[in-house]
Amino acid sequence: MSENPVRDAIQDAIKDHEVILFMKGTPERPMCGFSARTAAALESLGAEYAAVDILPDPRIRQELSSISNWPTIPQLFVKGELVGGCDIVTEMYESGELATALGVEQPSEAQAANAVEGAPLQIDNRL
Amino acid sequence: MPSTDELRQRIEAAIPGSTADVQDLTGGGDHFRATVIAPSFAGLSRIEQHRTVYAVFGADIGGPIHALSLETRAE
Repeated sequence: MSENPVRDAIQDAIKDHEVILFMKGTPERPMCGFSARTAAALESLGAEYAAVDILPDPRIRQELSSISNWPTIPQLFVKGELVGGCDIVTEMYESGELATALGVEQPSEAQAANAVEGAPLQIDNRL
Repeated sequence: MPSTDELRQRIEAAIPGSTADVQDLTGGGDHFRATVIAPSFAGLSRIEQHRTVYAVFGADIGGPIHALSLETRAE
C-alpha cells in the first residue's frame, strides 16, 4: 500500500476511465463557470465521460495538480493524458478537435454555439 | 491585489520576446484573461504553452489569482 491513498485513487481513476473530467461540482450542478463550460462541451458532443468533484476534499486538487503539472480546475484527461482545462477544451470543441479526440461526431455549428454559450443556464434548467 | 499591468509585466519579463494582453474579467482583481504571444511557443503544444505561462505565477494561481484564462500562440 502506498502512503498516499488520495494520489493512488486519482491515478487509478485516470487509468480506468478513457474520458475523465475533474471539476468543481458535478455536471448536473457545476460550482464554477469554467467547470460548467467544460462539462457542457462534453455533454453537447454526447461524449461518455466520468466526472470527479474535487471540492469535497482539498487533497484531491492538491494531488491532481501535482500529478498533472496543471494548476487550475477543470482538467480533462483522455486516455490517461491531460488534454487541458476550460480554455483548451473550449478551443478544441470549437475547432472540432475535441470530437476527433473523443471519437464522436461534431454537432452542426448552430447547435454547437448554442450549447456552449448557454451552458450554465441549460444545466441549471435541467435540474 | 494583482493588477492587469502587473500580470502583463510579469509575463513579458519571464518569457523572452513575449507580448501579453491582460484583462480583468470581473473587475475584482482576481479573475483574469491573458492573450500571450511568444516566439518561444513555436513547436510547443497548447498544454505546454499554457504551462509556461502558469509557471510564471507559480502558487499565485489559485491564491491571489483565482483564475487565469489563457490564449497563447507563437506569432
